[in-house]
Amino acid sequence: MSNITTVPKPRRNVELLLLILALAVGVGANFLVGLDQDQALDSDFFVQGSTLIFLVFAVHIVLRIRAKYADPIILPVVTAMNGLGLAMIHRIDIATGDQAANRQLLWTGMAIAVLIAVIWLLRDHRVLRRFTYISLIVSAVLLMLPLLPGIGMELNGARIWINLGFATFQPGEIAKITLAIFFAGYLSTNRDLILLAGKKLGPLQLPRWKDMGPMVVAWLVSIGVLIFQRDLGSSILFFGLFMAMIYIATSRVSWILIGLVMIAFGGFVAFKLFPHVTARIDGWLNAFDPEVYNRIGGSHQIVQGLFGLASGGLTGTGLGQGRPDLVTFANSDMIIAAMGEELGLIGLSAIVMLYVLLVSRGIRAALGTRDSFGKLLATGLSFTLALQCFVVIGGVTRLIPLTGLTTPFMAAGGSSLLANWLIIALLLLISDAARRPAMTGPISSGRPRQRGLARIKALGSKPAKNQDPHRTVEVKKP
Amino acid sequence: MNQAIRNTWVVAIAMFALLFGSLTVVQFFEADDLNANDWNSRTLYKNFDKNRGAILVGGDPIVESVPSDDEFEYQRVYNEPELYAPITGFYSLVYSATQMEAAMNEELSGNSNDFFYDRILQLFSGSQVEGASVELTLDPELQQMAFDMIPDGMKGSIVVMEPDTGNILAMASKPSFDPNLLAGHNTEEVTSNMAELEEVAGLSPFTNPATQSLLAPGSVFKLVDTAAALESGEYDADSELDNPAELPLPGTNISLPNYVNGGCAARTTVDFSFALEQSCNTPFAQIAMDLGEDAIAEQARKFGFGEAYKIPIPVTASQFPTGMSDDLLAQAAIGQYDVRVTPLQVAMVSAAIANDGVLMKPNLVRTVRAPDLRVLDSPEPEELQRSLSAENAELIQQWMVNAVDRGIANGAAIPGVEVAGKTGTAELMAGSEGNNSWFTGFAPADDPEAVVSIVIEDVDLATGSQLTSPNAQKLLEAVLNK
Repeated sequence: MSNITTVPKPRRNVELLLLILALAVGVGANFLVGLDQDQALDSDFFVQGSTLIFLVFAVHIVLRIRAKYADPIILPVVTAMNGLGLAMIHRIDIATGDQAANRQLLWTGMAIAVLIAVIWLLRDHRVLRRFTYISLIVSAVLLMLPLLPGIGMELNGARIWINLGFATFQPGEIAKITLAIFFAGYLSTNRDLILLAGKKLGPLQLPRWKDMGPMVVAWLVSIGVLIFQRDLGSSILFFGLFMAMIYIATSRVSWILIGLVMIAFGGFVAFKLFPHVTARIDGWLNAFDPEVYNRIGGSHQIVQGLFGLASGGLTGTGLGQGRPDLVTFANSDMIIAAMGEELGLIGLSAIVMLYVLLVSRGIRAALGTRDSFGKLLATGLSFTLALQCFVVIGGVTRLIPLTGLTTPFMAAGGSSLLANWLIIALLLLISDAARRPAMTGPISSGRPRQRGLARIKALGSKPAKNQDPHRTVEVKKP
Repeated sequence: MNQAIRNTWVVAIAMFALLFGSLTVVQFFEADDLNANDWNSRTLYKNFDKNRGAILVGGDPIVESVPSDDEFEYQRVYNEPELYAPITGFYSLVYSATQMEAAMNEELSGNSNDFFYDRILQLFSGSQVEGASVELTLDPELQQMAFDMIPDGMKGSIVVMEPDTGNILAMASKPSFDPNLLAGHNTEEVTSNMAELEEVAGLSPFTNPATQSLLAPGSVFKLVDTAAALESGEYDADSELDNPAELPLPGTNISLPNYVNGGCAARTTVDFSFALEQSCNTPFAQIAMDLGEDAIAEQARKFGFGEAYKIPIPVTASQFPTGMSDDLLAQAAIGQYDVRVTPLQVAMVSAAIANDGVLMKPNLVRTVRAPDLRVLDSPEPEELQRSLSAENAELIQQWMVNAVDRGIANGAAIPGVEVAGKTGTAELMAGSEGNNSWFTGFAPADDPEAVVSIVIEDVDLATGSQLTSPNAQKLLEAVLNK
């Protein structure tokens, strides 16, 4: 494994500057929303604005203390997205009389509190490697919860919620992270075995049957989610996550091919057997068929979303000037259509660029970090974000069938917000590890001082000739 | 491992590239189609939140948008609803827009290309583009006069037009309706109002009778026969025409008679002047059979038959049937059988004759003005085509003057002014006692200022003649006194 070295600089001041810019975007958008509805500078605006500012500055200070080498771009990007999301939810509240923005703010506060706790207490992402199999069990429990009678509940045809009494929660959002931790732990431990064994078939090196185990697990999880929870989006997400991680672990295209064949088979069977999948595909292909359009659960929502996007055109109607409330689930599933309507192609492209930036910084952290667990986890989580954007925005623009996934950081919904801020906590920690100076002690001592768990890990790995115990030899492909 | 991570990044970037592509397709390339989609209520909502331009007549708004306190920002208000309804049409959430509201929608809503720079400016100023106002060519006094001439409970239309410009000075119809009933924002109320309106006999809220109802023209069609005869070169002012009391129709055992009590019986051969003055049937039936269907059809086409126009409200194409046997052609020649005209088409025939043979395109819009009063458009008179030669037009003008001076159209005579005119009475099909009573004409004959076309539908002869020629006289006199 090679690693990319950067000159170790904390760059927290860069982050501060970018944060101010990001807050200007988010809070400014919220101000414009109120301005156009003659509700400028009302109490909602001040509460939402000041809470957001307080929360992100708290994160900034915690990073200065606990992870000062963390990537300086990630937090401002996420702040801008969360702020824009709040503004748009507030805007739709004004049209519908809802109070979703304040709920979203509450969840943002909780999510950021969890992020601070993770950064403060965990300090080093490698600790999580110890929880590899516990993560698997936790994932399984989280995925089962919605199916339990009493606590689980069904909303809009998908059984992915649990009722906590005061709120509803989608445990699958958290399972996304625990599954990523499991895959990262399992694959980083077993990758050498998986890598070296197996028959060759032409240019492809096939895996051994017993190594197929985890892939079958991932496949079963995806299909299970599809069948029992009727959630096509999460199903795609789980499988995509696993495919990306096993490819990174092995660099073998054969895994991808096997995976694609399996998902194509599973998808085809699901399309044939399950009416909810058939309806999704039908609503995608024949969205403008009057019969499909008028059917309950038909293409009405996606077509209305397209109308919203189209009415925004290049420059958008301007915040508060469109009618995003005409689309069902405008502030959650379809928030991209709302953004596109009021900010136009130009504004929406800027938002997508924020995601590109976020995913790229996550991948950059993966490239920079020295342990394979961190590399796998960071890439897996970053790729999940990218895939989720693709599935959501692709669904809204009718590139692919519309599924019920949320737009990370922007869509109204507490579980998604919490899970995505958790991902950010992990990415920040991994990037901190990646950018932290490799050697903090005197070189002459032969073995640099190490902190906490990193020492345990370093003892387990084989020291390389270049005296840097963090470095391991890149396994060259034969 | 790093190479695999980089490859994963490339895959992620590729997915984002696809998203940029699909967003561009939806928001840019397909945007116009999606915005025009019938299911897209958003466009409607957007339009109802706009300060739509006014429609003006004689400087006063007959239709305007006023601020509203319901879910939309503006309410469309029709100030003289029944008087102008067939022309303005309505602007409805439920039933969309009709007539002028539809035809001038781009301008009224501020969406036309004339507003391109205003929209760019709006991007930065945040202010809304207001719609343009549309001033009509109508004269409010003439319009009111014409409207009052049609008795309530009767069905009829009146068109007054300048022959040399095509500008329409009055265009009234009854029964009319109140567009305010359909412009409300309460869809349930609007729907039930529409149901009530559709119960009213003879009323269709969606159409303008003067431009869209097709009626049998009766004897006013003889002007087309006369023009066809003169243009063929086989007839001239001195031509002697056979005028039997009855003309046996070939291939049938029926014959086509002249009107029993009319002056036609006085002569067995006539010239064009006398035939038009007394509106004899048999000479024109004979001419049509001699010239053939194609010659009459071609002359009708030159007068504007067979084509739909936008003035800018829609005008239905008037019809002259094809493939007729001689007996049917003979009936068509006197404006019966399947000949169908709009009241405006009859005015166009008169206008072409009055304008020395040149047919001008009818027009209702005088100017289109931006909210800052800058003139965006003021349509120039537009020549449609030459309908007949100037000499022939002058001959027919003189014969029409004779019809008023000493013929059956003398109800239209104005002392000291040469008025040209032609009446018509079309029998209705299916055993109705009533007739369509027509008058068309112009004054002064030597330099016509206005042509008039009046039709009262389904009336008895006496009432019909009282409601046509005398009213034409009043309208022409009013134009001349201006």
